[in-house]
Amino acid sequence: MAIRRRDFLKSVGIAAVSAGLPRLARGADAASIYDIERSGNARILHITDTHAQLNPVYFREPSVNIGIGQMMGQPPHLVGRAFLDRFGIRPDSADAYAFTCFEFEKFAARFGKLGGFAHLKTLVDRLRSDAGEKHTLLVDGGDLWQGTGLANTMQGRDMVEVANLLGIEAMTGHWEFTFGEQVLRDNLERFKGEFLAQNVFLTEEAAFNDAQAFDKATGRVFKPSIIKELGGHRVAIIGQAFPYVPIAHPKRFTPDWTFGIREEELQKHVDVLRGHDKVDAVVLLSHNGMDVDLKLASRVTGIDVILGGHTHDAIPQPVAVKNAGGTTLVTNAGSNGKFLGVLDLALDKGKVSDVRYHLLPIYSELLKPDPGMAELIGRLRAPYAADWLEKIATPDRLLYRRGNFSGPVDELICTALRSELDAEIALSPGFRWGVTLLSGQGLTMEDVLAQTAISYPETYVQEMTGGQIKDVLEDVCDNLFNADPYYQQGGDMVRAGGLAYTCTPTAAIGSRISELKLGNGKSLDANHRYKVAGWASVNGQQGAPVWDVVGKYLRSGRLMPPERLGSGVTLRGVEDNPGIAGQG
Amino acid sequence: MHKPPLATRRLILQGAASVALLGLGNLPFAAPARAAANDKYPEEAFKQKGEADAIKALYGRNAEPSDKVKLDAPEIAENGGVVPISVTTTLDKVTSISFFVAENPNALAASYRIPDGTMASVANRLKMAKTTNVTAIVEADGKLYSATKEVKVTVGGCGG
Repeated sequence: MAIRRRDFLKSVGIAAVSAGLPRLARGADAASIYDIERSGNARILHITDTHAQLNPVYFREPSVNIGIGQMMGQPPHLVGRAFLDRFGIRPDSADAYAFTCFEFEKFAARFGKLGGFAHLKTLVDRLRSDAGEKHTLLVDGGDLWQGTGLANTMQGRDMVEVANLLGIEAMTGHWEFTFGEQVLRDNLERFKGEFLAQNVFLTEEAAFNDAQAFDKATGRVFKPSIIKELGGHRVAIIGQAFPYVPIAHPKRFTPDWTFGIREEELQKHVDVLRGHDKVDAVVLLSHNGMDVDLKLASRVTGIDVILGGHTHDAIPQPVAVKNAGGTTLVTNAGSNGKFLGVLDLALDKGKVSDVRYHLLPIYSELLKPDPGMAELIGRLRAPYAADWLEKIATPDRLLYRRGNFSGPVDELICTALRSELDAEIALSPGFRWGVTLLSGQGLTMEDVLAQTAISYPETYVQEMTGGQIKDVLEDVCDNLFNADPYYQQGGDMVRAGGLAYTCTPTAAIGSRISELKLGNGKSLDANHRYKVAGWASVNGQQGAPVWDVVGKYLRSGRLMPPERLGSGVTLRGVEDNPGIAGQG
Repeated sequence: MHKPPLATRRLILQGAASVALLGLGNLPFAAPARAAANDKYPEEAFKQKGEADAIKALYGRNAEPSDKVKLDAPEIAENGGVVPISVTTTLDKVTSISFFVAENPNALAASYRIPDGTMASVANRLKMAKTTNVTAIVEADGKLYSATKEVKVTVGGCGG
């Protein structure tokens, strides 16, 4: 532990910004990485996309995160060395391990797991007490209630209890909506904070039928914002839910609600907060995804800071974006409980005069777990632990998910689907949640659930023509690589098993995918019908839950076929892109 | 002052009050829309496949893009079968507003005649076959102005 502690202390690479202009302020001689220099009179603590990971996890950041057009080479589309260089992080440091995929396996053994809500609680309490209770606010950017077997079984009730003990005062949502309106409302009854969403409205039909809404005049289903007094000043927090819930997920979960980015409604709301309510600062708690937030910041005026999530980008410094009204800072605070964002504001009458931002990795070996939270987590997990902790396989390689096109976790899921459901091709969604498992460590049902636990897990087998398969790939590919961020939904490419293809991310919609080949090397025939297995369909399906299919496959003693290493995707036209590790 | 026939007037009032008119894509167009140039139902324009041909058949000339035409449409449709699309404009003397979906089987989706003194604002829901551009043309004081936006119709599926 002594050696390890020294490793950590050497590695401090915490960035700060001042007066809207990013600059690197590295306190290499800081006594502790969690001793933050006092600054300003208001502190907002931000977590996002924790995906209900109550205990510390391994999570490998991506080695492929390609940016196209104006996004090329810009945060968040930097990986590995290019990321370290851009943010001035030493390659041989704990921060390199926390923020990038660099030397992941070696560093995982050295620096251990990150996150965990008991560890997070300790740090939150400390940072609150450093700044003073009346000067701090804790917010969550959504995807708090989904991502584990426990959260899925309890439909997020476990995370509401955890959120209340942690002291989350405001949140917005994404996967929260996939439990349906009734569960969402029941959970919010118990939640002590506020659920904010300026961009969720009743459909015209639902409004006509007098459906429940926060504000019938505007049709807003939820409260759009709160005003909180911090350090004697008034700070508005506006919630921005994931804009594409009814498109990315089955519409049956949210039949009465319509979403969208709602830039115009947002601008009006900001103007009211500034002009009528005379707030001193406006913060947008956003689940748009970072590319969308960067564009939004260039078009909507009057927002001081966007605390962002959804795309799981751990970005150490805010990006300053100019717009017609001034400058907006855009952050993104990573995923799976690895990080805590600390936004220190110096507030004056009607303005923010200084900003400091730190994205602190939650090094679980440096923080004592809070006993109360540890007790709650233990109590919540107890009824299920026995069933889920049995070892069912031992991975022979590092299993991670994140990456634009593929990862070993999804190769395993696709292999299991093809094998168990006797299909030629398997498709698996490009989710960005799901923790990393080290080679040689026991894999449990809880680990399988951490990659698959959603409210629409049913598998399917259906016939699709080669042309239809290509159309699906093209459609999802445009969600990643459309040059206009407003047309992106976030997430990664649908994973394909038993299918190889070439992708040209810079090409136009409909012409990025080519040279589709089956596992046996034969070209995919546009008119031939193939047997395709999959899960997480937006259409209703009847098959067994995917975790049972994967569990059965693993229990049979098989792992991935050894020949299937790599993604089966050949990239074209992105040879110098710093969004691919080892390039740029 | 030009006074439209009663049937047309009723339709126009509905349109101005933002009542939805469903563009039926490749189905026979049953709604009593009116051409800009005259009061006859613009059968030829609705029959055209491509957008350029439909605009030519309806107006006989091209529109120029204008920031005075405000086209409100989603970036990504929640349901391609009913995409809420609306137009408002600050232009004076508006006489018609028409909607074109470039890659629908028939590009002209709806055309509204706006009588003198009516607020030039139309909201309707269009059926869209696939991802494509939606163009609104506003006829004002004898000139044509347009706004275009791409609307994505996706098969769905999430990542985050």
